Amino acid sequence: MPANYVPIFIFIAIIAVALPVTLLAAKLIRPDNPQKTKAMPYECGVDPIGDARARYTVRFYIIAILFVVFDVETIFLFPWAVQYKALGLFGLAEMLVFLAILIVGYVWVWKKGALEWI
Amino acid sequence: MLNQLTQYLQSTVTPGQAGSMLWATIYILVIFAGISLCVVFINWGERKALAHFQIRLGPMRVGPHGLLQPIADALKLLLKEDTIPANADKVVFWVAPFIVTTAAFVVYLVVPFGPQHAVTDMNIGILFMLGVSSLGVLGIITAGWASNSHYPLLGSLRSSAQMVSYEVAMGLAVISAILMTSFTPGSGSGTLSMIGIVEAQKAQGVWFLFKFFPLGLVAFVVFAIAMIAETNRAPFDLPEAESELVAGFHTEYSGFRWSLFMLGEYAAMIAVSSIAVTLWLGGWMRPFPNLLSGTNWDTIFSLVPGAFFLFLSAVTLYSTARMPKKLTFRIQTVGLGAFGLLLGAVGLVMLVPGVRERVQDIFWFMLKVAVFMYLYIWYRATWPRYRFDQLMRVGWKVLLPLSLGVLIVTGVVGLSPELMTWLKGVL
Repeated sequence: MPANYVPIFIFIAIIAVALPVTLLAAKLIRPDNPQKTKAMPYECGVDPIGDARARYTVRFYIIAILFVVFDVETIFLFPWAVQYKALGLFGLAEMLVFLAILIVGYVWVWKKGALEWI
Repeated sequence: MLNQLTQYLQSTVTPGQAGSMLWATIYILVIFAGISLCVVFINWGERKALAHFQIRLGPMRVGPHGLLQPIADALKLLLKEDTIPANADKVVFWVAPFIVTTAAFVVYLVVPFGPQHAVTDMNIGILFMLGVSSLGVLGIITAGWASNSHYPLLGSLRSSAQMVSYEVAMGLAVISAILMTSFTPGSGSGTLSMIGIVEAQKAQGVWFLFKFFPLGLVAFVVFAIAMIAETNRAPFDLPEAESELVAGFHTEYSGFRWSLFMLGEYAAMIAVSSIAVTLWLGGWMRPFPNLLSGTNWDTIFSLVPGAFFLFLSAVTLYSTARMPKKLTFRIQTVGLGAFGLLLGAVGLVMLVPGVRERVQDIFWFMLKVAVFMYLYIWYRATWPRYRFDQLMRVGWKVLLPLSLGVLIVTGVVGLSPELMTWLKGVL
């Protein structure tokens, strides 16, 4: 059914035209008076110290890795859920094995302290 | 032209399925304009409701009861100077708001406002919705990075960490609802199509909220918590915590670009609410479609939308009569009266026999979504903000095990007859 998917491109085309055109049209009527202090990064009125793209805590990285693991596993569950009744007990047992492996990993991550923020 | 119109009025499928790209485009334009208008007036409603929670009046000056305030705000944002920080990455800075807004709006392609009132009915509808709505993270993280300033960077990191954490629990809760669609008698398999999910609830004669009670309810609550975190709303509005991060990832944005972020945020709120309504609250279905069936009940329920609007009109006209009788209020009084008459006219149009069958689905869907939008405002007025480590703990250590457990238990309960016969065979 490719006709079902055509509206996605229509929608993206409409938005890709409408939003930038509004932004550029607004440029004609809004004031434009750039100054050096205005273009400084906002830091509550104090001159910023150093570049913003410095190092930050490694926790965000761990969260990202965990997210990839769990989200891919969620995607694997979608076709299983659709065919659940048809698969019957076989599907249940298979998925319990799959989830058991995942849960072992989850418990390991928890015990390792990767889910602690402090 | 007339031919097209009659064809549309007689169709029972969505324009995308019928292959009518003209009507699909019209639907897209109506949805784009309608959702933008909804966002603008939800903003008004939020300011008004929050004000009344705190025993204030809220916007009162621009138009009667501040009804024109959102339009004044939009004009002001359009006319504001647009600054780009000197150190910012110009291209990425430019693109980021568009990613957020596009991701929030494209989701509406598959939202089923009624059996034939969706732009298209993809057979992977819910997967498409989850996938596209999570693209918003990209916009937020690029916005924070491109600004090259401390607050936006921290805000965007927090925001993306929070969004990906809650997305896992959200996805698992959605799967337990998909699992329930596969129990439709006679079909043999479930569905991912948004319209199919609502029809499965109709065929099974129960909202998935009450299916396998309380399993459906628990999955719904997990989703309802995750969707607040997903849209960065109070009490999970850490990315925009004013007391710590000024405004989070959009600190450096101003004017129209900032309003695009706002538009994207509110559009995403409506979008996730409509996922929740579709999956657990019966989508466009009126209350008790199976219990109170028959032409009589159909007629009675199809009169409700018109009656609702006439009631709103009556309330508005009553408060018009209660306006202070002073000369300074004359424009406001006339405006409010005209607004009441407009609502009344809409209500009367909705009572016309040909129209009322066609709009009642949209009405019920929007009413259910509106309840969620009010809940968003209510949460914001009631609960204090979480701390970041508490937020992560709730996401990973409470909601994730809960949704996994609900999924497994739903599977076991759903197959309990087969399990029983198998157990008897073994013993």
